[in-house]
Amino acid sequence: MTILQPGAKAPDFSLPSTPDQKVSLSEFRGRNVILVFYPADWSPVCGDQLALYNEILPIFHKHNAEMIAISVDGVWCHLAYSHDRKYRITLLSDFEPKGAVAKAYGAFREAEGTSERALFLIDAEGVVRWSYLSPVGVNPGADGILEALESLASSQTSEK
Amino acid sequence: MRTYLHPQLKIPVTRADHAQGPEDAPITVVEYGDYQCPYCGQAYPIVKRLQKALGDKLRFVFRNFPLSQIHPDALEAAKVAEAAAHQGKFWELHDALYEDQDNLHMDGLLFKAEDAGLHLDRLNKDWASSAIEERISNDFEGGLRSGVNGTPTFFVNGERYDGDWSYGPFLEYLQGLLEK
Repeated sequence: MTILQPGAKAPDFSLPSTPDQKVSLSEFRGRNVILVFYPADWSPVCGDQLALYNEILPIFHKHNAEMIAISVDGVWCHLAYSHDRKYRITLLSDFEPKGAVAKAYGAFREAEGTSERALFLIDAEGVVRWSYLSPVGVNPGADGILEALESLASSQTSEK
Repeated sequence: MRTYLHPQLKIPVTRADHAQGPEDAPITVVEYGDYQCPYCGQAYPIVKRLQKALGDKLRFVFRNFPLSQIHPDALEAAKVAEAAAHQGKFWELHDALYEDQDNLHMDGLLFKAEDAGLHLDRLNKDWASSAIEERISNDFEGGLRSGVNGTPTFFVNGERYDGDWSYGPFLEYLQGLLEK
């Protein structure tokens, strides 16, 4: 399975962020979306990864980008996790049917039953502009995302 | 199969950096750290032991990467250490902060500054200066560009070290480089 590559249309989805709220990708049309798939809440590497992104959300916002993070954990688990870590990132639950959204992006690990550690930059029209698959045990940091946002901004300027 | 490339340090070490050990040491370790981060606190004595074990084979550089959202005192602690650098006492404060991470509130910071014999008038002026704020945010942004992904992040001779940084394995890795 390979992850979706630049140029692909980003599959829409609607996943719960809380027990009674759902968030859809299509709601973000007109803005860039950084989609983060990570294997699990609470595992130490993800913790660092999301803590870093949480810290630099203002930098992403400057690039007209929102961040959505998705794992197969349930909503209650996400709530406890983001409360404990004081995250402001939207965490979505790809729980039932398990991993369906991760599969649509080519980012599901069948043997483990979790998502890959993968990043996607989706532009305002819902097209994948950059994607990156990290070794599952390695926190990919933010350098790739920042470079992708900048090259997206410069390509949009040149298109105008 | 794709080969995995370790992120590279984008901001080269210069004389403006806080460094211990000879400039021409065969190994340079750069740490991006946060004074309130417990893992950085764990790494602190490990780095000291590595310095002791490797002597002048190792140059150690510290750069700021305060994660203020999860560590509310980290930024002020970083500022005090940078302000101490203006009085030639960066490492005294760096060490004092890591040796007493439970007391990084304002009085704790002032106590450490006094204890290090800093001139407080000068310190307070530097502490509030935009130069220091800029230095810290430059460290942070340079770190982001280089692939710093949490704290502590180490770069060994310009390459991000994703291995185990507990004392034994880290020492073994660095010694392996010396044998090459």
